[in-house]
Amino acid sequence: MNPTPDTWREAAAPLWRNNMALGQLVGLCPLLAVTTTLVGGIALGLASAAVVVVASTTMALLKPLLVPAARLPLALLILAALVTGIDFFTEALFYDLHERLGIFMPLIVVNTGLLAHAENVASRRGVAFTFVSALATGLGFLFALAALGALRELLGSGTLLAGAELLGGDADPLLTSPFGGMLVATLPPGAFFGMALLLALRNRLTTIEPMAGAGATREAPR
Amino acid sequence: MASAKGNPLATAAVAAALAAGALYAVDWVYDWSDDLIAANERARVVARLNSVLEPGLRGRDLTTTRLAVTDPELLGANEPIDVFVLTDRGAPMATVFATVAPHGYNAEIGLLIGISPIGTVTGVRAVRHRETQGLGDAIETAKSDWMLQFDDKALGAPATELWAIRQDDGELDAISGATVTSRAVVAAVRDTLLYFAQHRDELYARAAEATAAAEANDP
Repeated sequence: MNPTPDTWREAAAPLWRNNMALGQLVGLCPLLAVTTTLVGGIALGLASAAVVVVASTTMALLKPLLVPAARLPLALLILAALVTGIDFFTEALFYDLHERLGIFMPLIVVNTGLLAHAENVASRRGVAFTFVSALATGLGFLFALAALGALRELLGSGTLLAGAELLGGDADPLLTSPFGGMLVATLPPGAFFGMALLLALRNRLTTIEPMAGAGATREAPR
Repeated sequence: MASAKGNPLATAAVAAALAAGALYAVDWVYDWSDDLIAANERARVVARLNSVLEPGLRGRDLTTTRLAVTDPELLGANEPIDVFVLTDRGAPMATVFATVAPHGYNAEIGLLIGISPIGTVTGVRAVRHRETQGLGDAIETAKSDWMLQFDDKALGAPATELWAIRQDDGELDAISGATVTSRAVVAAVRDTLLYFAQHRDELYARAAEATAAAEANDP
């Protein structure tokens, strides 16, 4: 397979055009659950991204050796080992953060979007493509988590990046709104409202975009 | 379609190698993180114990003895709960109960209750709860001062029958919109004080015994 610019564009599609959460609408359970704050979203996003890159690339490397029926269980095995390791790691170094993420860290194992990538893409494409595409998938998911986390924290608590000390950052929020927050944004219904806003925004941006999709020189009608 | 179909032997070998590798890697991370996690937990407990001690005792180097006691009726759990007796050269300075209020609105509420040797409350904190955001979560001291009303209260002050929220003809404030939560916490504090009154000397004796045993092992 000769890599062409189109190939790489396809590999990078999960960043935005084919975004796991905003485009394919999978992996929504952790997305909606941990995004009460930006820090929670970023933390789970980083863990997910690290996991999918390693798991998918490993699966792509092993592809020539495996009978197809063995792929899914082995992908699960790799994901489970990685996630368990990251879970211990977080509990050792970011104890409070680990407590806040709760069950959603171990549940990365069964994140459909990541699992599908490690099984499906890795079985059909080369190692380099899989690596780039996994990176795009992980970063795209991180982006969705961070966007929803920022939106909900800003509306719900009136802060941005509060609790960054849990990730080793500054304890003071990046900004604090003088108006406080609307509680509903941090409650479960607020997760759906926020998600709906993001989806609407994304649909608006993508439908007026030409099919080529790079989007750098797009003119928005006013 | 993919060019190679793979072969069963190679697959079995890869599966075995991956399983062994995964096992080894997880075991290694576990060994590496085990002590750190335990240290985190200890630090968390100490920090939380400090929050319910009277201000003069916070940060002092007290000997902390952990005991396990069971009393489903007064301490809210069928399982043993942790009681920390803090002593200074053998003299009891404070007792902290890691108890639960079983009838929270959504789930039981984990509480730390500090009690001085004469039986006054030195502090109450919710350490674990699932109360409604915006209503019942006012039991967190970060959200409201409601929990601070227990400071310096004791079994006689107010009288035992007045250890209830105003809606139940008691003397304690309830959180607006979270009567169930308030009732649960007030009852748990009262029952813990009752337990302490009945078992104080026994707890101190057990703590002294445990301290002596620890010193005998580690001169």
